[in-house]
Amino acid sequence: MTGTDAKPSDHSAMSRADDTSSGIRADSDAKPFRVLPRVTPENEHFWRGGREGRLTFLRCGDCGYWLHPPSPVCPKCWSRNVVPDAVSGRAVVHTFTVNYQPWIPTFDPPYVVAIVELPEQEGLRLTTNIVGCDPEEVVIGMPVRVRFEHYDDNGYEVWLPLFEPDRTTDSGATGHGSQLR
Amino acid sequence: MSEDRGGPFASMNPARGERKAIISGVGQSQTGRRLYREPLDLTVEAALAAIEDAGLTTAEIDGIATYPGNQDTPPGFSGVGVVEVQDALRLNLNWYAGGLESPGQLGSVITAIAAVATGLCNHVLCFRTVWEASAQGDKNRAAVTMGGGFGGTYRASGFMQWTLPFAAPSAAIWIAMMAARHFHEFGTTREQLAQIALNARRNAQRNPKAIYRDPMTLDDYLNVRMISTPLCLYDCDVPADGSTAVIVSRAEHAEAVDHPVAAVEAVGCAIHGRPSWDQWDDLTTMAMRDAAAMLWNRTDLRPSDVDVAELYDGFSFITLCWLEALGFCGHGEGGPFIEGGTRIALDGEIPLNTHGGQLSAGRLHGYGFLHEACEQLWGRAGERQVVRRGGDPEVAVVGAGGGPLAGALLLTRRR
Repeated sequence: MTGTDAKPSDHSAMSRADDTSSGIRADSDAKPFRVLPRVTPENEHFWRGGREGRLTFLRCGDCGYWLHPPSPVCPKCWSRNVVPDAVSGRAVVHTFTVNYQPWIPTFDPPYVVAIVELPEQEGLRLTTNIVGCDPEEVVIGMPVRVRFEHYDDNGYEVWLPLFEPDRTTDSGATGHGSQLR
Repeated sequence: MSEDRGGPFASMNPARGERKAIISGVGQSQTGRRLYREPLDLTVEAALAAIEDAGLTTAEIDGIATYPGNQDTPPGFSGVGVVEVQDALRLNLNWYAGGLESPGQLGSVITAIAAVATGLCNHVLCFRTVWEASAQGDKNRAAVTMGGGFGGTYRASGFMQWTLPFAAPSAAIWIAMMAARHFHEFGTTREQLAQIALNARRNAQRNPKAIYRDPMTLDDYLNVRMISTPLCLYDCDVPADGSTAVIVSRAEHAEAVDHPVAAVEAVGCAIHGRPSWDQWDDLTTMAMRDAAAMLWNRTDLRPSDVDVAELYDGFSFITLCWLEALGFCGHGEGGPFIEGGTRIALDGEIPLNTHGGQLSAGRLHGYGFLHEACEQLWGRAGERQVVRRGGDPEVAVVGAGGGPLAGALLLTRRR
Protein backbone atom coordinates (compact mmCIF):
# COMPACT_ATOMS: atom_id res chain seq x y z
CA MET A 1 0.00 0.00 0.00
CA THR A 2 2.83 2.36 0.73
CA GLY A 3 4.78 1.09 -2.25
CA THR A 4 7.98 -0.84 -2.34
CA ASP A 5 9.99 1.75 -4.21
CA ALA A 6 11.89 3.01 -1.21
CA LYS A 7 14.33 5.72 -2.11
CA PRO A 8 16.77 6.76 0.54
CA SER A 9 16.24 10.35 1.52
CA ASP A 10 19.15 12.65 2.07
CA HIS A 11 21.31 11.30 4.83
CA SER A 12 24.40 13.38 4.41
CA ALA A 13 23.79 15.17 7.68
CA MET A 14 23.31 12.06 9.74
CA SER A 15 25.94 10.62 11.98
CA ARG A 16 28.16 8.11 10.38
CA ALA A 17 30.14 5.30 11.90
CA ASP A 18 33.49 4.23 10.56
CA ASP A 19 31.92 1.64 8.33
CA THR A 20 28.54 2.34 6.82
CA SER A 21 28.40 -0.56 4.45
CA SER A 22 25.87 -2.75 6.17
CA GLY A 23 23.13 -3.07 8.73
CA ILE A 24 23.56 -5.09 11.89
CA ARG A 25 24.71 -8.52 10.86
CA ALA A 26 25.39 -11.53 12.96
CA ASP A 27 28.51 -12.32 11.02
CA SER A 28 30.02 -8.89 10.81
CA ASP A 29 31.71 -6.46 13.10
CA ALA A 30 30.97 -3.61 10.70
CA LYS A 31 29.08 -0.81 12.40
CA PRO A 32 26.03 0.49 10.59
CA PHE A 33 24.99 4.05 10.17
CA ARG A 34 22.94 5.35 13.11
CA VAL A 35 21.35 8.49 14.38
CA LEU A 36 23.02 9.21 17.70
CA PRO A 37 21.34 10.46 20.88
CA ARG A 38 21.81 13.99 22.15
CA VAL A 39 23.99 13.56 25.22
CA THR A 40 23.10 15.84 28.13
CA PRO A 41 24.25 16.00 31.76
CA GLU A 42 21.07 14.12 32.65
CA ASN A 43 21.66 11.12 30.36
CA GLU A 44 25.44 11.03 29.93
CA HIS A 45 25.86 8.17 32.41
CA PHE A 46 23.69 6.01 30.15
CA TRP A 47 25.09 6.91 26.73
CA ARG A 48 28.73 7.05 27.77
CA GLY A 49 28.81 4.43 30.54
CA GLY A 50 29.97 1.97 27.90
CA ARG A 51 33.37 3.68 27.92
CA GLU A 52 34.03 1.69 31.10
CA GLY A 53 31.96 -1.27 29.91
CA ARG A 54 29.17 -0.42 32.33
CA LEU A 55 25.46 -0.29 31.61
CA THR A 56 24.44 2.51 33.91
CA PHE A 57 21.10 3.85 35.11
CA LEU A 58 20.07 6.33 37.72
CA ARG A 59 19.26 4.72 41.03
CA CYS A 60 17.73 6.01 44.22
CA GLY A 61 20.43 6.34 46.85
CA ASP A 62 17.86 5.97 49.60
CA CYS A 63 15.50 3.15 48.58
CA GLY A 64 17.50 1.50 45.80
CA TYR A 65 14.89 1.89 43.06
CA TRP A 66 16.24 2.02 39.48
CA LEU A 67 15.02 4.82 37.21
CA HIS A 68 14.71 4.78 33.43
CA PRO A 69 14.58 7.07 31.54
CA PRO A 70 16.52 9.42 33.82
CA SER A 71 14.50 11.61 36.18
CA PRO A 72 15.51 13.96 38.98
CA VAL A 73 13.30 12.28 41.59
CA CYS A 74 12.70 8.73 42.80
CA PRO A 75 9.07 7.82 41.91
CA LYS A 76 8.89 5.40 44.85
CA CYS A 77 10.14 7.41 47.83
CA TRP A 78 10.44 10.93 46.27
CA SER A 79 14.06 11.19 47.28
CA ARG A 80 16.11 13.60 45.18
CA ASN A 81 19.19 11.53 45.91
CA VAL A 82 19.37 9.72 42.58
CA VAL A 83 22.81 8.75 41.30
CA PRO A 84 24.22 6.64 38.45
CA ASP A 85 24.91 3.00 39.20
CA ALA A 86 25.84 0.06 36.99
CA VAL A 87 23.74 -3.05 36.46
CA SER A 88 24.99 -6.53 35.59
CA GLY A 89 24.39 -6.10 31.87
CA ARG A 90 22.24 -9.18 31.72
CA ALA A 91 18.70 -9.08 30.45
CA VAL A 92 15.86 -11.11 29.01
CA VAL A 93 14.04 -10.40 25.76
CA HIS A 94 10.63 -9.12 26.87
CA THR A 95 9.38 -8.66 23.32
CA PHE A 96 10.89 -8.07 19.90
CA THR A 97 10.24 -7.59 16.22
CA VAL A 98 12.17 -8.53 13.12
CA ASN A 99 12.02 -5.37 11.07
CA TYR A 100 11.98 -5.70 7.28
CA GLN A 101 11.15 -2.12 6.33
CA PRO A 102 14.08 0.09 5.24
CA TRP A 103 13.43 3.05 7.52
CA ILE A 104 16.94 4.42 7.73
CA PRO A 105 19.20 4.92 4.72
CA THR A 106 22.02 2.33 4.58
CA PHE A 107 20.76 0.58 7.72
CA ASP A 108 19.70 -2.55 5.95
CA PRO A 109 16.92 -4.86 7.14
CA PRO A 110 16.23 -7.37 8.40
CA TYR A 111 17.27 -6.47 11.92
CA VAL A 112 15.88 -7.15 15.39
CA VAL A 113 14.48 -4.42 17.63
CA ALA A 114 13.69 -5.62 21.13
CA ILE A 115 12.56 -4.43 24.50
CA VAL A 116 14.70 -6.20 27.08
CA GLU A 117 14.04 -6.41 30.79
CA LEU A 118 16.83 -6.38 33.34
CA PRO A 119 16.93 -8.81 36.27
CA GLU A 120 17.76 -6.03 38.71
CA GLN A 121 14.15 -4.85 38.90
CA GLU A 122 10.79 -5.88 37.47
CA GLY A 123 9.85 -3.51 34.67
CA LEU A 124 13.35 -2.06 34.25
CA ARG A 125 13.48 -2.12 30.46
CA LEU A 126 14.99 -0.52 27.43
CA THR A 127 14.60 -0.65 23.67
CA THR A 128 17.66 -2.02 21.88
CA ASN A 129 18.85 -4.28 19.08
CA ILE A 130 19.59 -7.97 19.42
CA VAL A 131 22.84 -8.69 17.59
CA GLY A 132 25.24 -11.58 17.33
CA CYS A 133 22.69 -14.09 16.10
CA ASP A 134 20.34 -14.75 13.25
CA PRO A 135 17.07 -12.79 13.60
CA GLU A 136 15.17 -16.08 13.43
CA GLU A 137 16.92 -17.29 16.59
CA VAL A 138 15.46 -14.55 18.79
CA VAL A 139 12.57 -15.57 21.05
CA ILE A 140 10.76 -13.93 23.93
CA GLY A 141 12.39 -14.98 27.20
CA MET A 142 15.83 -15.41 25.66
CA PRO A 143 18.74 -14.47 27.97
CA VAL A 144 20.91 -11.73 26.51
CA ARG A 145 23.75 -9.53 27.69
CA VAL A 146 24.90 -6.08 26.76
CA ARG A 147 27.48 -5.44 24.05
CA PHE A 148 28.43 -1.83 23.56
CA GLU A 149 28.92 -0.35 20.14
CA HIS A 150 31.20 2.67 20.14
CA TYR A 151 30.49 5.62 17.85
CA ASP A 152 32.81 8.55 17.39
CA ASP A 153 31.43 11.29 15.18
CA ASN A 154 34.32 13.74 14.98
CA GLY A 155 34.93 13.49 18.70
CA TYR A 156 31.26 13.18 19.69
CA GLU A 157 31.32 9.83 21.42
CA VAL A 158 28.49 7.50 22.34
CA TRP A 159 28.42 3.86 23.42
CA LEU A 160 25.14 2.26 22.33
CA PRO A 161 24.00 -0.67 24.52
CA LEU A 162 23.11 -3.48 22.13
CA PHE A 163 22.39 -6.99 23.37
CA GLU A 164 23.57 -10.39 22.21
CA PRO A 165 22.59 -13.91 23.22
CA ASP A 166 24.00 -14.81 26.63
CA ARG A 167 25.25 -18.30 25.96
CA THR A 168 27.64 -18.45 28.89
CA THR A 169 25.51 -18.22 32.02
CA ASP A 170 22.03 -18.57 33.35
CA SER A 171 19.80 -15.52 33.16
CA GLY A 172 19.59 -14.86 36.88
CA ALA A 173 20.42 -11.55 38.45
CA THR A 174 23.90 -11.05 39.74
CA GLY A 175 22.95 -8.12 41.87
CA HIS A 176 23.53 -4.48 41.28
CA GLY A 177 26.68 -2.54 40.92
CA SER A 178 28.74 -5.32 39.43
CA GLN A 179 31.15 -4.61 36.63
CA LEU A 180 30.40 -6.09 33.26
CA ARG A 181 32.05 -9.29 32.13
CA MET B 1 -13.79 -4.35 32.84
CA SER B 2 -16.85 -2.42 33.83
CA GLU B 3 -18.12 -4.48 36.74
CA ASP B 4 -16.06 -2.45 39.15
CA ARG B 5 -17.80 0.87 38.64
CA GLY B 6 -15.65 2.73 41.08
CA GLY B 7 -12.13 1.44 40.87
CA PRO B 8 -9.54 4.06 40.05
CA PHE B 9 -12.28 6.54 39.19
CA ALA B 10 -14.18 6.29 42.48
CA SER B 11 -13.01 9.68 43.65
CA MET B 12 -13.85 11.52 40.44
CA ASN B 13 -16.13 14.50 40.27
CA PRO B 14 -19.61 13.07 39.61
CA ALA B 15 -20.41 15.87 37.14
CA ARG B 16 -21.00 14.69 33.56
CA GLY B 17 -20.42 17.97 31.79
CA GLU B 18 -19.93 16.32 28.41
CA ARG B 19 -23.71 15.88 28.23
CA LYS B 20 -24.05 19.62 27.76
CA ALA B 21 -22.42 19.21 24.35
CA ILE B 22 -23.43 17.64 21.05
CA ILE B 23 -21.85 17.09 17.70
CA SER B 24 -24.11 19.08 15.42
CA GLY B 25 -22.44 18.70 12.06
CA VAL B 26 -19.60 17.01 10.20
CA GLY B 27 -17.74 17.72 7.00
CA GLN B 28 -14.94 16.20 5.00
CA SER B 29 -12.87 17.42 2.09
CA GLN B 30 -11.93 15.47 -0.97
CA THR B 31 -9.78 12.58 0.25
CA GLY B 32 -7.26 10.43 -1.54
CA ARG B 33 -3.66 9.74 -2.42
CA ARG B 34 -1.40 12.54 -3.61
CA LEU B 35 -4.01 15.18 -4.24
CA TYR B 36 -1.31 17.87 -4.22
CA ARG B 37 -3.74 20.39 -2.74
CA GLU B 38 -2.78 22.90 -0.08
CA PRO B 39 -3.64 21.68 3.43
CA LEU B 40 -5.47 24.93 4.20
CA ASP B 41 -7.53 24.49 1.06
CA LEU B 42 -8.55 21.00 2.20
CA THR B 43 -9.30 22.32 5.68
CA VAL B 44 -11.52 25.15 4.48
CA GLU B 45 -13.47 22.70 2.31
CA ALA B 46 -14.12 20.42 5.32
CA ALA B 47 -14.83 23.31 7.71
CA LEU B 48 -17.42 25.02 5.51
CA ALA B 49 -19.18 21.71 4.90
CA ALA B 50 -19.33 20.98 8.64
CA ILE B 51 -20.57 24.47 9.52
CA GLU B 52 -23.35 24.22 6.95
CA ASP B 53 -24.22 20.71 8.14
CA ALA B 54 -24.59 22.04 11.67
CA GLY B 55 -27.06 24.66 10.48
CA LEU B 56 -24.64 27.46 11.29
CA THR B 57 -22.76 30.27 9.62
CA THR B 58 -19.13 31.23 10.14
CA ALA B 59 -20.37 34.19 12.20
CA GLU B 60 -21.65 31.75 14.83
CA ILE B 61 -18.44 29.73 15.19
CA ASP B 62 -16.68 31.08 18.26
CA GLY B 63 -14.21 28.29 19.01
CA ILE B 64 -11.57 26.21 17.23
CA ALA B 65 -9.87 23.03 18.40
CA THR B 66 -7.38 21.00 16.42
CA TYR B 67 -4.76 18.30 16.66
CA PRO B 68 -1.78 18.57 16.47
CA GLY B 69 -1.63 22.28 15.70
CA ASN B 70 0.56 23.68 12.97
CA GLN B 71 3.91 21.95 12.71
CA ASP B 72 6.28 21.29 9.84
CA THR B 73 7.40 17.80 10.74
CA PRO B 74 6.82 15.03 10.04
CA PRO B 75 6.03 16.20 6.51
CA GLY B 76 2.32 16.17 5.77
CA PHE B 77 1.34 15.47 9.39
CA SER B 78 -0.19 18.89 9.86
CA GLY B 79 0.54 22.19 8.13
CA VAL B 80 -2.61 23.92 9.35
CA GLY B 81 -3.29 25.28 12.80
CA VAL B 82 -5.83 27.41 14.59
CA VAL B 83 -4.26 30.60 13.29
CA GLU B 84 -4.54 29.82 9.58
CA VAL B 85 -8.14 28.67 9.83
CA GLN B 86 -9.28 31.54 12.02
CA ASP B 87 -7.81 34.01 9.58
CA ALA B 88 -9.05 32.33 6.41
CA LEU B 89 -12.61 32.22 7.74
CA ARG B 90 -12.33 35.55 9.63
CA LEU B 91 -13.72 33.96 12.79
CA ASN B 92 -14.33 35.85 16.03
CA LEU B 93 -13.15 33.40 18.64
CA ASN B 94 -14.00 33.23 22.31
CA TRP B 95 -11.85 30.14 22.87
CA TYR B 96 -9.34 28.04 20.95
CA ALA B 97 -6.78 25.29 21.42
CA GLY B 98 -4.40 23.36 19.22
CA GLY B 99 -1.64 21.00 20.22
CA LEU B 100 -0.03 17.62 20.17
CA GLU B 101 -0.05 16.79 23.86
CA SER B 102 -3.58 15.49 24.32
CA PRO B 103 -5.34 12.13 24.70
CA GLY B 104 -4.85 11.15 21.08
CA GLN B 105 -6.32 12.91 18.07
CA LEU B 106 -9.77 13.10 19.65
CA GLY B 107 -8.28 14.88 22.65
CA SER B 108 -8.96 18.06 20.67
CA VAL B 109 -12.67 17.19 20.46
CA ILE B 110 -12.81 16.28 24.15
CA THR B 111 -11.23 19.63 24.98
CA ALA B 112 -13.81 21.39 22.79
CA ILE B 113 -16.60 19.53 24.60
CA ALA B 114 -15.18 20.74 27.91
CA ALA B 115 -15.00 24.31 26.63
CA VAL B 116 -18.62 24.25 25.48
CA ALA B 117 -19.76 22.58 28.71
CA THR B 118 -18.11 25.26 30.82
CA GLY B 119 -19.63 28.07 28.77
CA LEU B 120 -16.46 29.39 27.18
CA CYS B 121 -17.99 29.21 23.72
CA ASN B 122 -21.08 28.03 21.82
CA HIS B 123 -19.87 26.29 18.67
CA VAL B 124 -16.37 24.85 18.17
CA LEU B 125 -14.95 24.00 14.79
CA CYS B 126 -12.77 20.93 15.38
CA PHE B 127 -10.55 19.72 12.56
CA ARG B 128 -7.74 17.38 11.60
CA THR B 129 -5.89 17.79 8.31
CA VAL B 130 -3.29 15.48 6.79
CA TRP B 131 -1.45 15.52 3.47
CA GLU B 132 1.04 12.74 4.12
CA ALA B 133 0.41 11.09 0.76
CA SER B 134 1.47 14.20 -1.14
CA ALA B 135 4.27 15.04 1.28
CA GLN B 136 5.95 11.69 0.94
CA GLY B 137 5.59 11.76 -2.83
CA ASP B 138 7.23 8.71 -4.32
CA LYS B 139 9.56 8.08 -1.39
CA ASN B 140 7.25 5.85 0.68
CA ARG B 141 6.71 6.24 4.38
CA ALA B 142 10.41 6.25 5.16
CA ALA B 143 10.38 9.77 3.77
CA VAL B 144 7.78 10.79 6.30
CA THR B 145 9.63 9.19 9.17
CA MET B 146 13.14 10.26 8.30
CA GLY B 147 12.73 13.00 5.78
CA GLY B 148 12.41 16.03 7.97
CA GLY B 149 14.05 17.72 10.88
CA PHE B 150 17.34 15.90 10.76
CA GLY B 151 19.48 18.63 9.30
CA GLY B 152 22.93 19.51 10.58
CA THR B 153 24.38 17.10 13.11
CA TYR B 154 21.00 15.82 14.12
CA ARG B 155 20.89 14.12 17.52
CA ALA B 156 17.85 12.28 18.83
CA SER B 157 16.35 13.74 21.98
CA GLY B 158 13.24 13.26 24.10
CA PHE B 159 11.61 9.87 23.66
CA MET B 160 13.21 9.36 20.25
CA GLN B 161 16.66 9.09 21.84
CA TRP B 162 15.59 5.73 23.23
CA THR B 163 14.49 4.30 19.87
CA LEU B 164 16.10 6.14 16.95
CA PRO B 165 19.70 5.05 17.66
CA PHE B 166 18.39 1.48 17.47
CA ALA B 167 16.93 2.05 14.00
CA ALA B 168 13.40 2.04 15.43
CA PRO B 169 12.01 5.38 14.25
CA SER B 170 8.47 4.26 13.55
CA ALA B 171 5.37 3.38 15.52
CA ALA B 172 5.19 0.36 13.20
CA ILE B 173 8.10 -1.11 15.15
CA TRP B 174 6.83 -0.07 18.58
CA ILE B 175 3.36 -1.45 17.92
CA ALA B 176 4.83 -4.60 16.37
CA MET B 177 6.63 -5.31 19.65
CA MET B 178 3.36 -4.92 21.56
CA ALA B 179 1.61 -7.24 19.13
CA ALA B 180 4.41 -9.78 19.48
CA ARG B 181 3.99 -9.77 23.25
CA HIS B 182 0.22 -10.22 22.88
CA PHE B 183 0.80 -13.12 20.46
CA HIS B 184 3.25 -14.65 22.98
CA GLU B 185 1.02 -14.34 26.04
CA PHE B 186 -2.35 -15.16 24.52
CA GLY B 187 -1.63 -17.20 21.41
CA THR B 188 -3.04 -14.54 19.09
CA THR B 189 -2.33 -15.38 15.44
CA ARG B 190 -1.77 -13.51 12.19
CA GLU B 191 -4.83 -15.26 10.76
CA GLN B 192 -6.89 -13.70 13.55
CA LEU B 193 -5.34 -10.26 13.25
CA ALA B 194 -5.96 -10.38 9.50
CA GLN B 195 -9.67 -9.98 10.17
CA ILE B 196 -9.19 -6.34 11.10
CA ALA B 197 -7.73 -5.64 7.65
CA LEU B 198 -10.16 -7.93 5.78
CA ASN B 199 -13.17 -6.40 7.53
CA ALA B 200 -11.92 -2.91 6.70
CA ARG B 201 -11.50 -3.82 3.05
CA ARG B 202 -14.96 -5.39 2.84
CA ASN B 203 -16.50 -2.22 4.24
CA ALA B 204 -14.37 0.02 2.02
CA GLN B 205 -15.93 -1.64 -1.00
CA ARG B 206 -19.17 0.05 0.05
CA ASN B 207 -17.53 3.43 0.62
CA PRO B 208 -17.06 5.47 -2.58
CA LYS B 209 -14.47 7.69 -0.84
CA ALA B 210 -12.26 4.81 0.31
CA ILE B 211 -8.79 4.64 -1.23
CA TYR B 212 -8.50 0.86 -1.53
CA ARG B 213 -11.67 -0.93 -2.62
CA ASP B 214 -10.41 -4.05 -4.40
CA PRO B 215 -11.30 -7.30 -2.65
CA MET B 216 -8.68 -8.69 -0.27
CA THR B 217 -8.43 -12.35 0.72
CA LEU B 218 -6.74 -14.02 3.67
CA ASP B 219 -4.15 -15.35 1.22
CA ASP B 220 -3.47 -11.82 -0.02
CA TYR B 221 -2.88 -10.79 3.58
CA LEU B 222 -0.66 -13.72 4.50
CA ASN B 223 1.47 -13.34 1.36
CA VAL B 224 2.08 -9.60 1.31
CA ARG B 225 5.48 -8.37 2.41
CA MET B 226 6.32 -8.13 6.10
CA ILE B 227 6.96 -4.69 7.60
CA SER B 228 7.93 -5.55 11.17
CA THR B 229 6.93 -8.94 12.53
CA PRO B 230 4.14 -9.78 13.14
CA LEU B 231 2.81 -6.78 11.19
CA CYS B 232 2.65 -6.98 7.41
CA LEU B 233 1.90 -4.23 4.91
CA TYR B 234 -1.86 -4.71 5.25
CA ASP B 235 -1.64 -4.17 9.02
CA CYS B 236 -0.48 -0.59 8.35
CA ASP B 237 -2.80 2.25 7.40
CA VAL B 238 -2.42 4.09 4.12
CA PRO B 239 -1.10 7.65 4.13
CA ALA B 240 -3.69 9.98 2.64
CA ASP B 241 -4.60 13.59 2.00
CA GLY B 242 -7.76 15.04 3.45
CA SER B 243 -9.36 17.13 6.13
CA THR B 244 -12.19 16.22 8.48
CA ALA B 245 -14.16 18.72 10.53
CA VAL B 246 -16.81 18.34 13.22
CA ILE B 247 -18.78 21.00 15.03
CA VAL B 248 -19.15 20.69 18.81
CA SER B 249 -22.16 22.74 19.96
CA ARG B 250 -24.19 23.47 23.06
CA ALA B 251 -26.82 20.78 23.49
CA GLU B 252 -29.60 23.35 23.08
CA HIS B 253 -28.60 23.76 19.45
CA ALA B 254 -29.95 20.28 18.57
CA GLU B 255 -33.41 21.71 17.84
CA ALA B 256 -32.02 24.01 15.17
CA VAL B 257 -30.36 21.26 13.14
CA ASP B 258 -32.28 19.61 10.28
CA HIS B 259 -30.92 16.13 10.99
CA PRO B 260 -30.25 14.03 14.08
CA VAL B 261 -27.28 15.10 16.18
CA ALA B 262 -24.82 13.08 18.26
CA ALA B 263 -25.24 13.59 21.97
CA VAL B 264 -22.05 13.11 23.96
CA GLU B 265 -22.91 10.43 26.50
CA ALA B 266 -19.40 9.99 27.92
CA VAL B 267 -15.77 10.66 27.19
CA GLY B 268 -12.65 8.74 28.17
CA CYS B 269 -9.25 10.39 28.32
CA ALA B 270 -7.45 8.78 31.27
CA ILE B 271 -3.89 7.53 31.23
CA HIS B 272 -2.73 5.91 34.46
CA GLY B 273 0.30 4.06 33.15
CA ARG B 274 3.63 5.62 32.22
CA PRO B 275 3.30 7.83 29.13
CA SER B 276 5.75 5.89 27.00
CA TRP B 277 5.79 3.41 24.13
CA ASP B 278 8.30 1.09 25.80
CA GLN B 279 7.94 1.83 29.54
CA TRP B 280 4.16 1.22 29.62
CA ASP B 281 3.52 -1.38 32.33
CA ASP B 282 1.69 -4.04 30.31
CA LEU B 283 2.70 -4.08 26.66
CA THR B 284 -0.31 -6.24 25.75
CA THR B 285 -2.47 -3.19 26.53
CA MET B 286 -2.21 0.47 25.62
CA ALA B 287 -3.55 3.73 27.02
CA MET B 288 -7.06 2.85 25.82
CA ARG B 289 -7.18 0.47 28.76
CA ASP B 290 -7.51 3.51 31.01
CA ALA B 291 -9.46 5.76 28.63
CA ALA B 292 -12.09 3.07 28.04
CA ALA B 293 -12.40 2.30 31.75
CA MET B 294 -13.00 5.98 32.42
CA LEU B 295 -15.59 6.16 29.65
CA TRP B 296 -17.65 3.28 31.05
CA ASN B 297 -17.39 4.75 34.51
CA ARG B 298 -19.25 7.83 33.26
CA THR B 299 -22.34 6.14 31.83
CA ASP B 300 -24.99 3.55 32.55
CA LEU B 301 -24.71 2.23 29.00
CA ARG B 302 -22.73 -0.99 28.57
CA PRO B 303 -20.69 -2.44 25.72
CA SER B 304 -23.70 -4.56 24.75
CA ASP B 305 -25.63 -1.33 24.05
CA VAL B 306 -23.20 -0.21 21.36
CA ASP B 307 -24.50 -0.47 17.80
CA VAL B 308 -21.38 0.54 15.91
CA ALA B 309 -17.70 0.82 16.83
CA GLU B 310 -15.24 3.06 15.00
CA LEU B 311 -11.83 2.19 16.44
CA TYR B 312 -8.46 3.52 15.36
CA ASP B 313 -6.47 1.26 13.06
CA GLY B 314 -3.24 3.09 12.40
CA PHE B 315 -2.06 -0.47 12.80
CA SER B 316 -4.52 -3.35 12.93
CA PHE B 317 -3.28 -4.47 16.33
CA ILE B 318 -4.36 -1.16 17.85
CA THR B 319 -7.97 -1.94 16.92
CA LEU B 320 -7.73 -5.29 18.66
CA CYS B 321 -6.53 -3.49 21.79
CA TRP B 322 -9.47 -1.08 21.57
CA LEU B 323 -11.93 -3.98 21.30
CA GLU B 324 -10.44 -5.53 24.42
CA ALA B 325 -10.17 -2.25 26.32
CA LEU B 326 -13.79 -1.34 25.62
CA GLY B 327 -14.93 -4.71 26.92
CA PHE B 328 -16.35 -6.19 23.73
CA CYS B 329 -14.20 -9.13 24.81
CA GLY B 330 -11.82 -9.76 27.66
CA HIS B 331 -8.15 -8.83 27.84
CA GLY B 332 -6.26 -11.28 25.67
CA GLU B 333 -9.42 -12.60 24.01
CA GLY B 334 -9.30 -10.28 21.03
CA GLY B 335 -7.89 -12.90 18.66
CA PRO B 336 -10.64 -15.48 19.14
CA PHE B 337 -13.22 -12.66 19.23
CA ILE B 338 -12.44 -11.42 15.73
CA GLU B 339 -11.62 -14.84 14.28
CA GLY B 340 -13.56 -15.43 11.09
CA GLY B 341 -14.67 -11.80 11.05
CA THR B 342 -18.39 -12.40 11.53
CA ARG B 343 -18.75 -10.61 14.87
CA ILE B 344 -17.25 -7.37 13.52
CA ALA B 345 -18.98 -7.38 10.11
CA LEU B 346 -21.62 -4.80 9.11
CA ASP B 347 -24.34 -7.28 10.12
CA GLY B 348 -22.44 -8.70 13.08
CA GLU B 349 -22.59 -8.28 16.84
CA ILE B 350 -20.52 -5.12 16.76
CA PRO B 351 -20.03 -3.58 13.30
CA LEU B 352 -16.47 -2.26 13.21
CA ASN B 353 -14.81 0.46 11.12
CA THR B 354 -17.75 0.59 8.77
CA HIS B 355 -16.13 2.97 6.27
CA GLY B 356 -13.01 0.88 5.83
CA GLY B 357 -10.92 2.46 8.56
CA GLN B 358 -7.55 4.02 7.91
CA LEU B 359 -6.35 0.66 6.60
CA SER B 360 -8.49 0.92 3.47
CA ALA B 361 -10.28 4.27 3.47
CA GLY B 362 -7.14 6.29 4.27
CA ARG B 363 -5.24 7.69 7.21
CA LEU B 364 -7.35 10.71 8.13
CA HIS B 365 -5.90 10.25 11.58
CA GLY B 366 -8.60 9.68 14.14
CA TYR B 367 -11.18 12.15 12.91
CA GLY B 368 -12.28 9.82 10.10
CA PHE B 369 -13.73 7.47 12.71
CA LEU B 370 -15.71 10.24 14.40
CA HIS B 371 -17.03 11.42 11.04
CA GLU B 372 -18.14 7.89 10.21
CA ALA B 373 -19.81 7.37 13.60
CA CYS B 374 -21.93 10.47 13.00
CA GLU B 375 -22.81 9.41 9.45
CA GLN B 376 -23.93 6.04 10.80
CA LEU B 377 -25.96 7.52 13.67
CA TRP B 378 -27.59 9.97 11.29
CA GLY B 379 -28.50 7.34 8.71
CA ARG B 380 -26.34 8.86 5.99
CA ALA B 381 -23.88 6.02 5.38
CA GLY B 382 -25.41 4.85 2.10
CA GLU B 383 -24.53 1.34 1.00
CA ARG B 384 -22.61 0.66 4.20
CA GLN B 385 -25.38 1.86 6.54
CA VAL B 386 -25.67 -0.35 9.60
CA VAL B 387 -29.21 -1.40 10.48
CA ARG B 388 -30.02 -2.27 14.10
CA ARG B 389 -33.42 -3.29 15.36
CA GLY B 390 -34.85 -2.25 12.01
CA GLY B 391 -33.47 1.28 12.14
CA ASP B 392 -30.36 3.40 12.25
CA PRO B 393 -27.84 2.83 15.04
CA GLU B 394 -28.51 4.61 18.32
CA VAL B 395 -25.20 4.24 20.14
CA ALA B 396 -21.71 4.56 18.68
CA VAL B 397 -18.31 4.35 20.30
CA VAL B 398 -15.30 6.07 18.79
CA GLY B 399 -11.74 5.49 19.95
CA ALA B 400 -8.59 7.03 18.53
CA GLY B 401 -4.94 6.72 19.32
CA GLY B 402 -2.48 3.94 20.05
CA GLY B 403 0.40 3.27 22.42
CA PRO B 404 0.37 5.92 25.15
CA LEU B 405 -2.24 8.02 23.30
CA ALA B 406 -5.96 7.32 23.60
CA GLY B 407 -9.21 9.24 23.67
CA ALA B 408 -12.73 7.84 23.36
CA LEU B 409 -16.25 9.15 22.85
CA LEU B 410 -19.56 7.41 23.47
CA LEU B 411 -22.25 9.02 21.29
CA THR B 412 -26.00 8.55 21.10
CA ARG B 413 -28.38 9.58 18.34
CA ARG B 414 -30.68 12.41 19.38
CA ARG B 415 -33.91 12.73 17.37
